[in-house]
Parts: sequence; structure tokens; C-alpha cells
Amino acid sequence: MTPSRELVVISGKGGTGKTSVVAAFAALAGGAVLADCDVDAADLHLVLDPKLGTEHEFSGRRQAVIDRGACTACGRCAEVCRFAAVLGAADGDYSVDSIACEGCELCQRVCPADAIHMEPVINGAWMLSETRFGPLVHARLGVAEDNSGKLVTLVRNEARSVAEERGLLLVIVDGSPGIGCPVIASLAGADLVLAVTEPTVSGRHDLDRVLQVVRQFRLPFAVCVNKADLNPDLGAQIAAEASAAGAAFVATVDYDPAVTHAQVAGIDVIAYGGRAAAEITRLWEAVSASLSPSLEGEVLDA
Amino acid sequence: MRIAIASGKGGTGKTTLATNLAALLTARGGAVRLLDADVEEPDCHLFLHPAIERREPVRVLVPEVDEGLCTACGVCAEVCAFHAITVIGSTVLVFPELCHSCGACELLCPEKAVHEEGRDTGVIEHGTVTLPGRPAFPLVTGVLTVGEAKAVPTTRATMAAAGDGSVDVVLIDAPPGTSCPVIEAVRGSDLVVLVTEPTPFGLHDLVLAVAMVRALDLRCVVAINRADLGDDRVHAFCAAEGIEIVLELPHDRRIAKAYSRGELLLDAVDGLEQTLSVAWERIVVAAQTERVLS
Repeated sequence: MTPSRELVVISGKGGTGKTSVVAAFAALAGGAVLADCDVDAADLHLVLDPKLGTEHEFSGRRQAVIDRGACTACGRCAEVCRFAAVLGAADGDYSVDSIACEGCELCQRVCPADAIHMEPVINGAWMLSETRFGPLVHARLGVAEDNSGKLVTLVRNEARSVAEERGLLLVIVDGSPGIGCPVIASLAGADLVLAVTEPTVSGRHDLDRVLQVVRQFRLPFAVCVNKADLNPDLGAQIAAEASAAGAAFVATVDYDPAVTHAQVAGIDVIAYGGRAAAEITRLWEAVSASLSPSLEGEVLDA
Repeated sequence: MRIAIASGKGGTGKTTLATNLAALLTARGGAVRLLDADVEEPDCHLFLHPAIERREPVRVLVPEVDEGLCTACGVCAEVCAFHAITVIGSTVLVFPELCHSCGACELLCPEKAVHEEGRDTGVIEHGTVTLPGRPAFPLVTGVLTVGEAKAVPTTRATMAAAGDGSVDVVLIDAPPGTSCPVIEAVRGSDLVVLVTEPTPFGLHDLVLAVAMVRALDLRCVVAINRADLGDDRVHAFCAAEGIEIVLELPHDRRIAKAYSRGELLLDAVDGLEQTLSVAWERIVVAAQTERVLS
């Protein structure tokens, strides 16, 4: 059986149109597995109107809990904690700040009274839902929670298993902004990375940084300059720089208020129609050509 | 006074608000300091062109094993909750990118064979911004090294530059989202300004950001960018939650073009100085108002 291919859409800068592009791709792909890996601010479900299937708890870490009855207030835990997570040194009433605790277990190990134990923290959930375009694996990270990278990895793995079970050939991943842990977790092993940017000084700067990460992973990548007509000169410059950096291709999409109107209507931009829909369809054709196995060698060499 | 500018959704205008407010406030004569705490993608410098005076590396501690003292007993691997250290045969392997610098391996090694060494994961740039016709002010930028996964140590080091409260106003440009790097950037603020846009994505992520602010026991107000685009659900949410809207900026192609070129809106758009001044007065009042317990 042909293993499924994975397209990961990222941006560096937030708000460049990643999720709108992914929703449009979902409509165009016809039967891909969708994975919303922007677990901090997962929005894909807002335009795909999923029917919730199954929901599973996610525990990305454990935290220390102090048993006040057994605690002798010796203060050793507060002394060794590097995360300032042990509260109560002032009045001897010791407790753990669950947001600051990173779960290193050191306090538990050094406590002479055996008054500390570790408890798993349920800090999110992941869901398998059904959309009109195919299955959607998405997640919710508890607010003020850590370990988004682990949740991203989990969502990707689940999406891949769903693809395998159902014989679907493509997984489309909606990534996070930035270059840190959730982005890195979404990249490893991708067959193609599409970076969606905009022709602004920040769009250019942030694209440059995230493409450095992509190149460290030696992944094939392509670039989409969204809202290109906002600043055509800068758009052309970004396109030239992306090509020089080794992009498989660079596509442009002009600003079209239909993208926002579609979002407000809760539908994908392809269903809404208009100029951007046509341009994103062309972008999709380039993406699927790059992803087709027959071109793999060329893409990897590019 | 410390004001953090944050958002759930990216690309809503955090940096635009932070840089223009800093420029506005410095012209009004107070001591202003701007911290760019979006260390994964710090962009304030693109609009403010600071002269960088010094760069400080951000060091995190990672274990190093003295092979002469190590007996390969395996305690270090056993006590590491992050699987950042492992013992294979007589060799100890350290995976620095997994290490949380908790110090367990160093403290608990029975042979005292583990010590900690600094590893650079980012840099803090201390600079001065000099805009035409405005007094200079400091910009501190945290820059995460490309390829590093953990942003928090660099965010924390950036926040350390907030100082001791002697500066009149510390403005913080926070990263998007609601998880660990954001929390590090907004903690300790007198007020969080959440920037959003009136779209389903903007609203959904605003709801998460408000929940984060409340989980941290902080207070927030909202600024709406591209306010005439989309729908009125953000307004309805703010009204229902009793959250003040301190600023509404229209969807204006002049603003978008000026931003695209890296220009300050204060210079590019007539009337914006007045709009931002009004917003700032509201922010100050909100930050100074005693919390009313409900």
C-alpha cells in the first residue's frame, strides 16, 4: 500500500492566511485527513463545521502535589526547585504553583518527609471529527498550558493512523505561527512544507527565520505570498529570496475580501468563490504536483 | 506601570500597537521601555530601527558528565523526568534540547560526576530607538536562536529587562497564543491589552486569550483591529463579559500599506496620534483601577 503523504502549512508570522488556505485545500483535495496542529489557537473547525466523533484527554506532563498533613515545612522542596513553583516559604504553608511546575520530580525525590507525589495534569484534549471533506484530527490545549509540542506530535500521529486505516493518501497539517516547539514538532518528516507569508517587512523577516528551521530539517518547501498586491515590490523580493533559498515553487495570491467573508459565513473560500478561490486552486495544483510521488526525486534535489 | 500587548490569534496587530504606543508615549515625555518578547518572531525592530548597544547571550544550564568520576550507575538517567540523559553501557549520553535545566542529575549523582554548563539558546539585544522629533527610548529584543524549540528561557530573559519599576511605562509585545511563552511575557503586567479582529478566528482565539488572562489572575482590555471587517460578535462577547474595548482601528489600505513598508502608522496616517492618545488614556485608567471583586 502507498503510504500517505503529508503537507504541512506554516507561516512564521501569524495571521497570514494559513488556516484559510488549509480549509481551501481540504475542499480541493477531496478526501484528505486534516490535522489542526495550531493547538494554541485551533481555528480550522470554525470553517469546516465538523461533527464531533470521539474526544480523548491529553496529559502532557505531571505536576508535584504537596500533602499538607505530611509536610514538615522544612523548605527543602522550595530550595531545589528551579522554576519557583513551590509557594509558601514565607508562612510555612507549602503548595505547588501548577502553572510554574514543569514536572521535574526533583522536589519529590529530595523531600525527607515523603510528603510530595506527582499527579498527571490533564492539559488538553484531542478529537477525531468528520467534516464534509474528510476526517479532522484537532485538539484543544488547556489555557496557560505547556507542552504544545507533545500535543502537536500526538495530533500528527493520530492523523497518520486515520489515513492508514481509511486508505487516504494525504494528510494536510495546519501548523502554528513562530519557530519554536509546536512548529518544530509539526515539521519532522513532512513530505512538503508550504509557508504562507505576506508582503510586509514582518512577513519577510519571519519567513526567513522559519525557512531556516525548515532547511535545518532538510525538508522540501514551497512559499505562498498571500495578499501579494498589498506591496508588489516586496512580494517580488520575497519570491526571489525564497527561490534562491531553494523553494520548489513560489505562488502568489492577491488580497480578496472574499477570504474574510467566507470565514464570517463559516465556509471555505472555494465554496464562497471569487478571485482568491481561483488563485488558491492554482496554488493547490502546484502543491499536488510537488507531492505526487513521481516528482519526489526532483523536489528533494531542488 | 507594565502593559502587555497580547492576542490569541497571530497577525492581529500586536506589534503595530506596541511600536506606535511606544513612539506616542516617548513624545509625551515619560520614560518608556519597550520589550519585544515575541522571541520566536521578534519584529518591533523592523519598525523602530534601534541602534544595538549590547547583546547578551541567553544561557540555559545543561549537564556535563566527568567521565573520570562517572561509574555509569544510571542514577542521572533514572531521575531525569525529561529523558534528556541516558546511560548506554559505560557511556552517558546527554540530549541538551530535551533538558529543562532542573538540576536533578547534578544534585542526585552519587559520584558528583555531573556538573552544569551554559548553552546558548538565544540572545537579548539592548538597543536605543531614535525617531525623528521624538526623545529616544530603549527597545529590548529577545531573539530565540533558529532551531531551538524552547522559547521560554529567552522570553524570561527578555522580561528580566523590565527593570525594577523605575521606568514610567514598560510596554511588552507578547507572542501570539495562550501557552507557556505567552504566560511568561504577560505575567506581572498591570493590564493585558488583547488585540483581535472581528472575525470568527479572531473571536475564537480572543475567548481563549481572555481565559488565559483570568487563569493568571490578570486583567485585560481589548483593541479591535480592522474593526469594520467581519461581524459584530467580538463586540457582543466583550459586552457580555464586561471587557472594555479601548481602541478600534478601521480596515484601511493606507494602514496596511504603511505597515507593509515598515512605517509607523503615527507618521503615515493622519489622525492616528489622536486615536491612540485616547486609547492610551483608557488603558491607564483600566490599569490603575482597583479590581472590583465580584
